Amino acid sequence: MKRENPWLNLLGLATLIMIPVSLWAIFIYAPIEKTMGVVQKIFYYHVPSAWIAFLAFFIVFLSSILFLWQRDKKWDNLAYSAAELGVVFCSLVLITGPIWAKPAWNVWWTWDVRLTTTLVLWLVYVAYLILRNYTSEGYQRGRFAAVFGIIGFVNVPLVFMSIRWWERKQHPNPVILGKSGSGLEPAMLLTLIISLVAFTLLFFYLLPQRLRLEDMKDELGEMKEEIMESMER
Amino acid sequence: MGFLKRLYMLVWKDFLIEWRTKEIFTAVSFFSLLVIITFNFTFEPGTALLKEIGAGILWVAFTFAGILGLNRSFLMEKEGDCLPGLILCPVDRGIIYLGKMIANIVFMTVVELITLIVFAILFNLNIFSQLPSLLLVIFLGTIGFVAVGTLFSAMAVNTRIQEVMLPILLFPIVVPVIIAAVKSTGKILTASPLAEISSWLRLLVGFDMIFIILCYLTFEYVLEE
Repeated sequence: MKRENPWLNLLGLATLIMIPVSLWAIFIYAPIEKTMGVVQKIFYYHVPSAWIAFLAFFIVFLSSILFLWQRDKKWDNLAYSAAELGVVFCSLVLITGPIWAKPAWNVWWTWDVRLTTTLVLWLVYVAYLILRNYTSEGYQRGRFAAVFGIIGFVNVPLVFMSIRWWERKQHPNPVILGKSGSGLEPAMLLTLIISLVAFTLLFFYLLPQRLRLEDMKDELGEMKEEIMESMER
Repeated sequence: MGFLKRLYMLVWKDFLIEWRTKEIFTAVSFFSLLVIITFNFTFEPGTALLKEIGAGILWVAFTFAGILGLNRSFLMEKEGDCLPGLILCPVDRGIIYLGKMIANIVFMTVVELITLIVFAILFNLNIFSQLPSLLLVIFLGTIGFVAVGTLFSAMAVNTRIQEVMLPILLFPIVVPVIIAAVKSTGKILTASPLAEISSWLRLLVGFDMIFIILCYLTFEYVLEE
């Protein structure tokens, strides 16, 4: 059995501290937005969730390439773990979005470029998980998943481009790093940064945990095979 | 044997099978007609809106029928235990992919032509003045759809849910192709200026090229062992 990495405990501790800090910053420290009111506070979870989802899917893409190249099972496990977490955070984006959109724009959903791209992104990686689920375990599953993981990621900018040409505009332009007129109040920006750090820590705490679970499954599979072999003898 | 000769042999094999069974031609064309006719009951026939929604109806019929056709493509090989034979062919995996893709494009285009004619008749649309540009769009859209579909079809037959897997994988990925194809078909049906159509067409050609290259490169990992 592999021992738990001591760094992981430290990461867990940091996450444990940062999540309450981010909650404090969101609900007590950050000022209430003038036009949207309290509901705007969901922004501090909406944006970090989106960032983590993109990060996770990028990890799926990279580890898929590495798996096809090096044929090492660990890359397949990493891709799978990241995809699963990515779907969780992408679901959070899609849930927090409409909750915010209804009071702010008076509609739950609109087929705007960012919303539609996120939805397609979610569909692609749910399909990725379904593909893994229905392919028999082994090397073939890794190859199929990797091919789909690569094509799915390359697809994202194409989806974005095609929808931008077709779109009806609703989602605001980037508030941070946008053009003139954009920008957040310093207290809000700081709260967002705290939230981003908390989510990133959480992600990098969860990812190795999920990965370890997958390694343990592999180990268990090997043990089962050994037992079966010894019984046959 | 040169590259083209090998490709020709593989495509010819699929044509021959189709010629003898006529599976796709009869069953899939009939299915496509059923989709069109079902749409007739969901929308009021003869409305002014028809030119706007016509493109959508057509492409729903095309993609549904396309899924059926693409499923046959590798399921047929699998059921006949021909996959090992195909893999053992002394050709590059990429050529197997291109061969299957070309055959599928031809089959799907034939089905689409039949569907288009029936669509024009049943919905009383005069499409003959726009026929060349319409055919071009349909052909380009089909290339993108089939390029990805052929690759995923080879994966889907090796999963436990076989035919059900293909649409699950294919639909999210072909979103850009479908958007571009529906948009340009709609603009042609409503007789929009050529400049508007051509920008969508360029986008469609770009998607086709990206998908063909990507699927050609990854196909060898799908058909291994």
